[in-house]
Amino acid sequence: MNKSNILIDIKRVSKTFPGVLALDKVDFCLHRGEIHGLMGQNGAGKSTLVKVLTGLYPRDAGEIIYEGAPFSLSSPQEAAVHGISTLYQEINLIPALSVAENIYIGREPKRFGRIDWKKIHRDARQAIRKLDLNIDVTQPVSYYSVAVQQLVAITRALEISAKVLILDEPTSSLDLAEVAQLFKVIRRLKDEGMGILFITHFIDQVYEITDRITVLRNGAFIGEFETESLPRIELIGHMLGRDPSALSKEQEEVATVKRRTKSTVEPLLDVHDLERKGSMSAFSLRINKGEVLGLAGLLGSGRSETARLLFGIDRPSRGSTFLDGEEVNISSPRKAIEHLFAFCPENRKEEGIIEDLSIRENIILALQARLGIFRALSWKQQNEIAERYIDLLSIKTPSASQMVKNLSGGNQQKVIIARWLATDPRFLILDEPTRGIDVGAKAEIEKLIIQLSDDGLAILFISSELEEVINCSDRIAVLRDRNILTELTGKEMEVTSIMRVIAEKEVRSNG
Amino acid sequence: MVEAKGLKNNNVQRVLWPLMALAGILLFNLFFTPGFFHIEIKDGRFFGSLIDIANRAAPVMLLAIGMTLVFATGGVDLSVGAIMAISGAVAATVIRPDYVKGILEYGDVQPILLVLAIPLIFSLLAGLWNGLLVALIGIQPIIATLILMVAGRGIAQLITQGQIVVFIHEPFQYIGSGFLFGLPFPIVIVLLTFSATHLLTRKTGLGLFIEAIGANSVASRFMGIQERLITLSVYIFSGLCAGLAGLIVCADIKAADANNAGLFLELDAIAAVIIGGTMWGGRFTVFGSIIGTLIIQSLTTTILTRGVAPEVTLVFKAVVIILVALIQSERFRQLFSRRMGRRKVQIS
Repeated sequence: MNKSNILIDIKRVSKTFPGVLALDKVDFCLHRGEIHGLMGQNGAGKSTLVKVLTGLYPRDAGEIIYEGAPFSLSSPQEAAVHGISTLYQEINLIPALSVAENIYIGREPKRFGRIDWKKIHRDARQAIRKLDLNIDVTQPVSYYSVAVQQLVAITRALEISAKVLILDEPTSSLDLAEVAQLFKVIRRLKDEGMGILFITHFIDQVYEITDRITVLRNGAFIGEFETESLPRIELIGHMLGRDPSALSKEQEEVATVKRRTKSTVEPLLDVHDLERKGSMSAFSLRINKGEVLGLAGLLGSGRSETARLLFGIDRPSRGSTFLDGEEVNISSPRKAIEHLFAFCPENRKEEGIIEDLSIRENIILALQARLGIFRALSWKQQNEIAERYIDLLSIKTPSASQMVKNLSGGNQQKVIIARWLATDPRFLILDEPTRGIDVGAKAEIEKLIIQLSDDGLAILFISSELEEVINCSDRIAVLRDRNILTELTGKEMEVTSIMRVIAEKEVRSNG
Repeated sequence: MVEAKGLKNNNVQRVLWPLMALAGILLFNLFFTPGFFHIEIKDGRFFGSLIDIANRAAPVMLLAIGMTLVFATGGVDLSVGAIMAISGAVAATVIRPDYVKGILEYGDVQPILLVLAIPLIFSLLAGLWNGLLVALIGIQPIIATLILMVAGRGIAQLITQGQIVVFIHEPFQYIGSGFLFGLPFPIVIVLLTFSATHLLTRKTGLGLFIEAIGANSVASRFMGIQERLITLSVYIFSGLCAGLAGLIVCADIKAADANNAGLFLELDAIAAVIIGGTMWGGRFTVFGSIIGTLIIQSLTTTILTRGVAPEVTLVFKAVVIILVALIQSERFRQLFSRRMGRRKVQIS
């Protein structure tokens, strides 16, 4: 491609955080009219690169050339002025304000010193229509789906300026149709000559939409590739820093480990007709020792609700729970933990990690909570436990005293799992443990799930990715619309049959 | 071992800035206030400006100790000043039960245990009230404790019937003006309370639980931490600390003044906690809050001995508090060091 086509040229940029080299002489080049994927595992430096580019972090070394001239920013607002807009995973809109207000907030067109609402609404309608969106711009943003909100955010970015659009995992909370809609818009923007930087964990999407891919690993630049001529297995190899052939072998290993046969089936937990009005229809489940029960279903089908009921976060309106054949009353998480239950919640940040505490403290907290206030773990014990699980789960950190908020998503997830393993549980609930984490950490967690169940732990495993549920589970309960429809075992456990169950019209009647 | 060392350093860092601020104020006095550091021993008792500062700061230190824990859970206790008034009023009433009826005779000398226990029980109940509102009913701490901040002073006035109840009770007065091991007794009380709090929070799991609740109460509950019970206890503890502070003030002036006892001291306590480096909802340091209180008190004393008009004192205090708070702010420090960094580049 010729030189004048280059929009952003990042040359040998470095950035150090205390104790971590986040970016090590990274190159990156974005052309006009291309969609450029930025790939890498968690902690590879993708977000840091974006933040350095948009002026959120000052860089330590290297240069950035923007439209042919050296370029340095000190704030994201400045980036917007220069035509660089960023969309983060969490949408930065104000839910209570209308679509139009969100698009023009801070830059409202005025007439005689007053906000010209007519113009705002007219302009907003036009702007929205450019993205083939036909919605009422006077409605509050929260009224619409996440996908539409995402498009509204893009509209705002385009209205401010439009040369470079950075999309940081825009699709992680969208369903397939919504992703298609978003991609349509992105492609059009590309045709109009915009440079688009696209960050995602979804390999399929990268291949669907990008022209080129830059891979980072541990803050280092690995390479820039034409998407078409890069086989998937090689991309994953580059991201993981492993030989592609070794990788496929490892995946095979996971698959073979899973295909083991259970000799004895000993039930651990039995729930009968558990129901919570308005949240979950009555269901019965049995979870056996050393078994992984998968929950499969679409978003909002009642997977997390089931988990919350089992762990005592929500109280059932009726139904009974039997543990080892004896009826138990699990009315709070504390009760559940007394029975050696453990729960890794879906919202890692809000319900899982405690960001301002250290890794060590996050790991020992659940155990300490069970021991109570007066049987405090000594420094030595705390460190031993923390170090053991940091090793065991290969949590990447310079030390156990590191704040958890400094870890990448995958490592934070491992810290939560470590926290529960430290309590030596009998029943572990994992709600979307692999969401938003990279391929490497994901494979590790899947492997861990299988290992733990081999050691006799009963696991309830929830994931949006059907392949993952199938790979890890011994049985799968399929959910739709807050109902557990049926259970699949053995050969029935495959994507098509799960989808068929979800798509079936008749709901199995609940007793 | 290295690990533990690293963390201890971290804790030292937390109180490093407050310590430096305190050192700065003391240093100023070393040069400009003659005899500031002079401590003499009379009849086996220590006397001097430094002792005086610590003694005067004692009630606020007690408030700050309780406030630190409340702060760490992500709350605030505005009612501590009012609880001080209640505690003093109750103590005086126990000593002179019929004073408000106009009967000036003392009757029997009340046993000291009673004079101490009853006010503290009232303080405990006041703390319990705050805790119930915050932990069980879920009212915002600032609103919940505002209720008692306003109503509490009213309650104290009801107890004293709006009068200043003066009394004589030797054993009780010792709480405010006695000496133990050469130190004013209020300082001894602070030392004991501080040590007890430190042991209770740092040698058990409690401190970590409090920090976990403050930093993320949902996650804490999901881990089986009894977040309501602990929050409740923290408010009760704060109430008790306030009650103790109220007793010291009351015993010192030998009177219960429901209108003025502890007035606005909740603000000093909050300032001390912030200056001391405790996070609102998360990490806390009781030692830091003690240092914070000393900063405020030594500042006040310095200003007064410099002969600055009392009206200006408050402004001075405000300026210093802003400065210390700024120094504590990571963002401010970054801004500052970045500026310096840029300047260096320009020079080279």
